[in-house]
Amino acid sequence: MNAHALELKAVSKSFGNTAIIRGVDLAIAQGERHALIGPNGAGKSTLFNLISGRYPVSGGKILLNGDSITGLKPFEINRKGLSRSFQITNIFQRMSVFENLRCAVLWSLGYKYSFWHQLKELKDANRSAEEVMEAIGLKGRRDTPAGVLSYAEQRALEIGITIAGGAGVILLDEPTAGMSRTETADAVELIRKVSQGKTLIMVEHDMGVIFDLADRISVLVYGELIASDKPENIRGNQAVQEAYLGTEAH
Amino acid sequence: MEFFVISLLNGVSYGLLLFMLSSGLTLIFSLMGVLNFAHAAFYMMGAYAAYSLGLKIGFFPALILAPLVVGLLGALVERYGLRTVHPYGHVAELLFTFGLAYLIDEIVKVGWGLTAVPFRVPAALHGPLFTVYATEFPKMRGFMMLVALLMLLAVYLLVTRTRIGLVIQAALTHPHMAEALGHNVPRVFMLVFGGGTALAGLAGVIGGVAFITSPSMADSLVPIMFVVVVVGGMVSLAGSFLASLLIGLIQSFAIGLDWSLGGLLDALGVAVNAHTPLYSLLKLQLSAVAPTLPYLLLVLMLIFRPKGLLGTRAD
Amino acid sequence: MAGVPSKLRYRPFNLGRWLTWGLTALVMVVLPQIFTQGYAITLMSQMGIMIVFALSYNMLLGQGGMLSFGHAVYSGLGAYVAVHILNLAGAGKIWMPLSLLPLVGGLGGAFFGVLFGYVTTKRAGTTFAMITLGIAVLVDTWATMSRAFFGGEQGVSTDRVIGKPFLGITYGPGVQVYYLIAVWCLVSMALMYAWSHTPLGRIANAVRDNPERAEFIGYDTQRVRWFTLIISAFFAGISGGLSTINFEIVTPDVVSLSASGGVLLATFIGGIGFFFGPILGAVVFSFFAVALSNYTNAWQFYLGLFFVLMVMYAPGGIASIIVMQLQLIARKRFWRIAPHYLAAGASGLVLLAALILTVEMTYQLSENSANGTVMNLFGVNFDCAKALPWAVAVGLWIVGGILFNLARQRVARVWGEIQTELLQARA
Ligand SMILES: Nc1ncnc2c1ncn2[C@@H]1O[C@H](COP(=O)(O)OP(=O)(O)OP(=O)(O)O)[C@@H](O)[C@H]1O
Ligand SMILES: [Mg+2]
Repeated sequence: MNAHALELKAVSKSFGNTAIIRGVDLAIAQGERHALIGPNGAGKSTLFNLISGRYPVSGGKILLNGDSITGLKPFEINRKGLSRSFQITNIFQRMSVFENLRCAVLWSLGYKYSFWHQLKELKDANRSAEEVMEAIGLKGRRDTPAGVLSYAEQRALEIGITIAGGAGVILLDEPTAGMSRTETADAVELIRKVSQGKTLIMVEHDMGVIFDLADRISVLVYGELIASDKPENIRGNQAVQEAYLGTEAH
Repeated sequence: MEFFVISLLNGVSYGLLLFMLSSGLTLIFSLMGVLNFAHAAFYMMGAYAAYSLGLKIGFFPALILAPLVVGLLGALVERYGLRTVHPYGHVAELLFTFGLAYLIDEIVKVGWGLTAVPFRVPAALHGPLFTVYATEFPKMRGFMMLVALLMLLAVYLLVTRTRIGLVIQAALTHPHMAEALGHNVPRVFMLVFGGGTALAGLAGVIGGVAFITSPSMADSLVPIMFVVVVVGGMVSLAGSFLASLLIGLIQSFAIGLDWSLGGLLDALGVAVNAHTPLYSLLKLQLSAVAPTLPYLLLVLMLIFRPKGLLGTRAD
Repeated sequence: MAGVPSKLRYRPFNLGRWLTWGLTALVMVVLPQIFTQGYAITLMSQMGIMIVFALSYNMLLGQGGMLSFGHAVYSGLGAYVAVHILNLAGAGKIWMPLSLLPLVGGLGGAFFGVLFGYVTTKRAGTTFAMITLGIAVLVDTWATMSRAFFGGEQGVSTDRVIGKPFLGITYGPGVQVYYLIAVWCLVSMALMYAWSHTPLGRIANAVRDNPERAEFIGYDTQRVRWFTLIISAFFAGISGGLSTINFEIVTPDVVSLSASGGVLLATFIGGIGFFFGPILGAVVFSFFAVALSNYTNAWQFYLGLFFVLMVMYAPGGIASIIVMQLQLIARKRFWRIAPHYLAAGASGLVLLAALILTVEMTYQLSENSANGTVMNLFGVNFDCAKALPWAVAVGLWIVGGILFNLARQRVARVWGEIQTELLQARA
């Protein structure tokens, strides 16, 4: 596979008259771990929403493994192998942890809309769900309704649902936001583990996490990419210092 | 020409009656997010209350008093019923008003019997207002239009000139603000629900006396009313006004027209006879399918333009 | 499965499941042997039909989160398809054993589910509810207009005794029809239960709870709703086919808004959160509609009041009330609250008596006044134009109201105490 895992060409988005994303070009190689950073309101989540099909783009093109996914619906994009998590936890609150994960693996295992299989006989689906549950450390909470989990556990489940389907390209929107130091460390390990052999794009504010995980970093400011480079170069980049690190970082 | 004028007048007067109903429904929905299934039931209550009161105090005092009674009942329903269900969400509220409609239907049957009651047009409103060519336009229809227009004026003044009107306006233009207001001003909810149902009651008095006062008078109105608010865009009073007139006109014109698909084909030079496939469908006259037109409009509207004619909010 | 104490969860194990199904089947077999009167058989037959209908409705409302005001469209059109096929078979034009006729109804229902469902399931929530209402009115109007298929006001009648008797079964006697209904009811129940444990069934729950996220795990929520509706319409059609056999006539009433409202009432009263809820609801509903309607013309009033009270005070339906008590029993707290239940029940009965007296007297005065004002209630003859019975009613209202309110407060207090205890025990 020579094509980029994900490629954005002059992608733009306006809400009404306000341009939120202004011509973003970005290419992400297969297997790369990419971090997207930028000040609050820069448009990072919006960019994720465009890539994953939640909103239609106002202009430009998006390619996944070389194929255009511009204008496709979220479920179509997901079926092509791109999966995302949400900044604001977005899980099936009334279902148990296990059910959440099992739902997330059903489509990719080919069960689709089947009404002729009994769930408990689907060995592969149950095994995948158990494995993901193990990986995100929620084995002890198997039958707990997702809605009553602690915040950190819900964040872990959010990641679990995102990766369970086995998508090759994974977008994580602020996976560690609001976590304590130890929780963050656990989450980083988790992300490292589950993104093995996959392409990862991650919005993150925690510089420690970013420099720990990312192969490359892109900086989004007011809807424009002002830099996209290796971590050590980003650290030294003057424009980034001014626009972002200078004001926000520690 | 005669057909046109009469249909126009009938359509407009029926449309205005629909607006009396749908304005309250729209107000309630836009402010409280409650789709009041029981709105037509309150309409029926207005008719029955006016009938019973009218026997004692005469039609015109009852015309004033009955809507007040209905409004009071509406306020009580909001205070002791809807408010209890509110925490369970909109579907529960919809179910509550659905059950309420069912219950009011049955109360009317238990209290006034299964058959229509003799709620008659008062002597002052007997006879024609004027004649168009050979057709008379009844005074009652004129009165219906007058009341509707007065009500329109009153609602307009209330919404634009009073404090509570300002709150309602704010809620109409900023739905999220209404939600924010929701927990702070339950009294406004009660007043709006009471007011909205009072409007339905007023429409009921007029509708009951002009058409019929029977336990089934609400049945056909429930869906029609929803058509109006949906076509009108759910939260827009102006939209529901336009939609009411539109539905009224469609109804009155379609009933008078014997157009059919077959006729259209005939006119286009395609011979249509009893052996043509789908003949029974082709010969259906517009007048025969007239009752279904509003619902067809509803379904199409919900699919293709859920925002309504003038609306801005989907879903 | 460490972590959560399994006692806290209500999860029937497999033996229990077999027992439940076995017992259900046994009850269905034995009942007509105990209650042999024709009247009881009629009631039970209708209960069986309603169970299938209500369960199919709950696939939409409970499992899929779709509030429909037009579900009778599918059972009703299924019934019409079945009646026409039965008439063709009766005339010898096609071969069709009566035992399989419900399947024809089901296919008919599913066909219209494919057709109308495509339109209605494009949207969810309140909009879905309103489109179903629109479709229901359209079909209802269509039914009164088209003679060929719907048979006008009189509907289409039929004769279920066709072909040669098989093992002595002619389906003439009501009890044979009952057993046919019972078999179909049991099979449908089992299939619908199984459906709730299939990928589609589970994803329907997911779409109900969070449609947006469902789209991001690969599911087209419109499709999920549509397919769910088709399957639901299939089972609704089976209930329609069964009613064709049972009544031997199909009138436009079967597609009416009130038929759709009926199944909504039944399902909700029983409880939409548990599989067995609609079964209870169907039994209660049929009891109101078939049994109570013999005694009072105001049965729909009582049903409506029951429904409204349920929406207000027990939105989980009868099923959730039962499950709550089972949990108390499992945690050995039930007997502490039982006396208070008893008190509330007794004072509730006083209120009920007051209600019945008031309603029946009003009804006598308004609708039944041609038959005079003397009436009989619970074996007592009295004149409802006199003041005394009204005074009694007022007295019952006051006494019952005060007592019930006291009992209600007790129940609420003890319930609260138990809940805090259980919470503390868990922590
Ligand atoms: N649906 C929408 N309609 C209108 N404006 C929107 C919408 N979604 C986002 N915006 C605006 O776009 C801008 C970018 O928002 P976005 O959520 O993408 O920022 P972000 O970079 O993810 O910020 P944060 O770090 O706070 O998550 C904000 O000003 C926001 O108000
Ligand atoms: Mg964001």
